[in-house]
Amino acid sequence: MSTAADIHTAPARTRWQQLWHDYSRNRVSVWALGFCVLLLLAAMSCAWLAPQNPYDLAVIDMFDSRLPPGSRNPQGMTYWLGTDGQGRDMLSAMLYGLRLSLFVGAVSGALGIGLGVSLGLIAAYWGGWVDTVIMRVVDFMLGFPTILIALILLSLLGQGVDKVIFALMMVQWAYFARAVRSTALSERNKEYVEAAISLGLSKLRIVFGHILPNCMPSILVIATVQIAHAISTEATLSFLGLGLPITEPSLGLLIANGFAFLLSGLYWVSVFPGLLLLVTIFCINLVGDRLRDILNPRSQRTP
Amino acid sequence: MGDTCNRAVEMPVHQCAILRAKGYFLNMLVFVIRRLLQSGLVLWAVSMVVFLGIYAIGNPVDILLPDDSNGAERDAAMRALGLDQPLWTQYGLFVWKALHGDLGFSFVYNIASIDLIFSRMPATLELAFCALLIAVALGIPLGLWAGLKPASRVDNWIVTGSILGFSLPGFWQGLMLIMIFSVSLGWLPSNGRGELGTVFGIQTSLATWDGIRHLLLPALNLSLFKLSLIIRLTRAGVRETMPLDFIKFARAKGLGGQRIVGVHVLKNILVPIITVVGMELGSVIAFATVTETIFAWPGMGKLIIDSINKLDRPVVVAYLMVVTLMFIVINLVVDLFQAALDPRVRIKGLSK
Repeated sequence: MSTAADIHTAPARTRWQQLWHDYSRNRVSVWALGFCVLLLLAAMSCAWLAPQNPYDLAVIDMFDSRLPPGSRNPQGMTYWLGTDGQGRDMLSAMLYGLRLSLFVGAVSGALGIGLGVSLGLIAAYWGGWVDTVIMRVVDFMLGFPTILIALILLSLLGQGVDKVIFALMMVQWAYFARAVRSTALSERNKEYVEAAISLGLSKLRIVFGHILPNCMPSILVIATVQIAHAISTEATLSFLGLGLPITEPSLGLLIANGFAFLLSGLYWVSVFPGLLLLVTIFCINLVGDRLRDILNPRSQRTP
Repeated sequence: MGDTCNRAVEMPVHQCAILRAKGYFLNMLVFVIRRLLQSGLVLWAVSMVVFLGIYAIGNPVDILLPDDSNGAERDAAMRALGLDQPLWTQYGLFVWKALHGDLGFSFVYNIASIDLIFSRMPATLELAFCALLIAVALGIPLGLWAGLKPASRVDNWIVTGSILGFSLPGFWQGLMLIMIFSVSLGWLPSNGRGELGTVFGIQTSLATWDGIRHLLLPALNLSLFKLSLIIRLTRAGVRETMPLDFIKFARAKGLGGQRIVGVHVLKNILVPIITVVGMELGSVIAFATVTETIFAWPGMGKLIIDSINKLDRPVVVAYLMVVTLMFIVINLVVDLFQAALDPRVRIKGLSK
């Protein structure tokens, strides 16, 4: 079926090199990926980059609260993006918030992938009633909007980073399970699986060692989109007061804190974290969109 | 069943039509029954989760009674609420009462929680329908435009715009709308429903100019995500339909571009779009919680957030059950609609 493509990709390049080759043909996507990496690095090194530790109450001065962007405090420090209601430097708070948002998105995404992919593969390979039960649960989960499931779970569990991660994992796994199952079902009937079976390999090894690698393209596409979605959902939940506790402000919570100031014209408390959130999600989505374009066989011909 | 009706077999045309209709009817009937059973199962599962979640975690007596109450008072309260019964008896009672429309009294408002939900529902539905209307009215033309000119400048702009629409977190976009149109420009109000008018016995913001001004920002806020979705769906549909043979045939027949797009292309892409719009109604109602919180819109979404923060459990339970029921009905209607139009769905549903 896909022999033509296989022959085409066979020479020299590995699969990842080929992927990069296809990916880098679009300049906007390369920029988006570069931005994602930059944001990730900035978030990881926020302890060194940030001019102030926003969690350290000793360095925060209430007299500096609500200063507009570019103001200087008596110690000679410049608040490039202004300060919030507690006198925190917005830039520092945003960098720490970005770290938390990315952390929650990545961890919940990874857990969601783990759970969803395992269940999807099991459903596809074992079939029968196992498949029916798993897919019924998937249908059930996908029948409800993400935000509602997360809302229900968090209203039961309460606040906290671990609870938000759990809730986000629960809303994500079904997407992976469905995609992996359908890919795995078509992979299952291919010759290499038959070959692996006739070699006498164990079921587990065939599923995770042979079928799983071939499901990677679709997992990769969904993972990028889902992580962007998870970051956005976490921000929304925190904004509603159901996500992270006020002591650990993520980007969503920073925006929520700025809501009250917005109406009195203090735009920066809410606008800057929002822009950072938007840029983050936008870049991840651009990367995901490009990946979908090159990994989806139906749209392969469009440049 | 439809296969028994074969033109190759000698059979009068009208008999064939009757057999077809019978097959259609039977297929649909089996499909409807299956879907109804599934819906019942979903409702039961949700009631179970909600009951266990709300009633088994924590003791409502702790909230209801004052801190200095003694053990005897506690026992009396537990008995009065039926909390001394085994869990399955309590669940049975919960279901029995729920089936009779009794989902408990609100701790905060002290009226039946179900009545509270229903009193707030019209505001939410009004918002949701207006948002979907905006999304469809703008999304289909923009999607057509982009799809008919693939890889052009317009196409690139519309597609990038739709990715931006997907990426904009709904709540932040709402804040920006308030900042621009309410705070800076002062054109539109940012909270409440405004003046209500009555049309056909329904109280609605749409009846007065003030109400429409209040409705505009929240509806726009809620619609943006769906707008992006509809643009992408329409664009993808157009691009898939345009190279097909029947379009080429219509062209060869000498039909004008407008008629091809307006009738032949649109007819083909409309079914998936209607389906998605139907399914998205549920998601719009769920996302209305965010919009209503930002714009202080007095709908049931704002009610649930307030209730969660005030630990008003009966209202949370009632909201979840009502919304679940709404989703089930919406999904059922969409599925039936699809099955009625597309035989593949019926057959697939049966073979599963």
